[in-house]
Amino acid sequence: MDWSPIWLSVKLASITTLLLLLIGLPLAYWLSKGRSVIRLVLEALITMPLVLPPSVLGFYLLLAFSPQHGVGKWLHDTFNIQLVFSFPGLILASVIYSLPFMVGPIKSALQQLPASWAQASYTMGKSEQETFLKVLLPNIRSSVFTAMVMTFAHTIGEFGVVLMIGGNIPGQTKVASIAIYDAVEGMDYGTANNYSLLLFAFTFVIVTTAFIFNRNKAKSPLE
Amino acid sequence: MIAIDIHKKLKVGARETDLNVKLQADKGSLTVIHGPSGAGKSTFLKVIAGLMKPEQGTIIVNDQVWLDTSNNINLSPQERRAGFVFQNYALFPHMTVRQQLAFATNDTKWIDRSIAIGQLQDHADHKPDYLSGGQQQRLAILRAMANKPSLLLMDEPFSALDQTTKVGLIADFKVLWNELLTTVIIVSHYPQELAGIATQELYIGA
Repeated sequence: MDWSPIWLSVKLASITTLLLLLIGLPLAYWLSKGRSVIRLVLEALITMPLVLPPSVLGFYLLLAFSPQHGVGKWLHDTFNIQLVFSFPGLILASVIYSLPFMVGPIKSALQQLPASWAQASYTMGKSEQETFLKVLLPNIRSSVFTAMVMTFAHTIGEFGVVLMIGGNIPGQTKVASIAIYDAVEGMDYGTANNYSLLLFAFTFVIVTTAFIFNRNKAKSPLE
Repeated sequence: MIAIDIHKKLKVGARETDLNVKLQADKGSLTVIHGPSGAGKSTFLKVIAGLMKPEQGTIIVNDQVWLDTSNNINLSPQERRAGFVFQNYALFPHMTVRQQLAFATNDTKWIDRSIAIGQLQDHADHKPDYLSGGQQQRLAILRAMANKPSLLLMDEPFSALDQTTKVGLIADFKVLWNELLTTVIIVSHYPQELAGIATQELYIGA
């Protein structure tokens, strides 16, 4: 069995999770602080990949990243970067696609903390940043862990967006879910089964780990 | 000496009211605020601490202007550093007694003394979940005082305590407030619990 699709999936999911942690923490904190129109609109946009068919997102990202148009053309002409049918393109698409899985649980957890904790910290002279890092963040650790696990698992399971943006280039964009589709297309059910079983077991283990880790804190891995 | 004069619109359910409060208090005095629920007592304390902004007003504490809306002066809560004891204590669940105090001050001698005053020596390395209601309350007050603030604001601090614990606690802290010349403002549903200790009372009506 060719292990490169599995390795590529794990690499994609790891990089996406790490990037989303860096983006998701400040974004979730900002969203948790109010209900202004800008926040509501942005939250709706972030949540849309949950309900939108992946092919729709993939289609628009394909247009946006295309070296013949707009942003994709500018990136190609200025920095010689091509995002379609490339691994960096997959990362960017995965970050957008998995954003709600990182931001949602962290935002809810922050909103459930008593406002008086941050207020107490401010009256002790602590800045907003220090308060977030030393008071709020340690108390939402389990939700951050859940968000990371769900983002990772969701990225591993990506198919539609990956196929639209990345295609099926071995060693570059052919992740495990694409390799299964490719094997079935070629009537190679044995290989498809190997990849499927691996993904099934892998996903089961990480989701169960999240449940065990948070068994006293969350009712569902999405909280 | 502190001088406060604020005007703030309050929304209680569907009803809108105006909170207009004037207060003058000498350094080292203890003011008890009482009045019906929803009248704005907690809001008043938060306005003083800088956690809420009134539409209009001035707050002057020991000759320093904390708020003057007509001159666009509004110090942040970090700049005001008023000690604040919240009704729900606002203790940080992940920090031990000593860590909560160390979060507020670097003065290790003062931290040791605070732990002794609060009779928390046996619990210095315990987190709030392992403390009784009275111990949590003492820690909340000591943490609010760890910076040795000139002004201490307390929102219903004794509501969860029985009468004996309450009397003992107030007596213990009165000694400390006298020593530091702390000006104290306490919101209480039962002003009589502070009879004999309070310098003045302020009624905030609905």
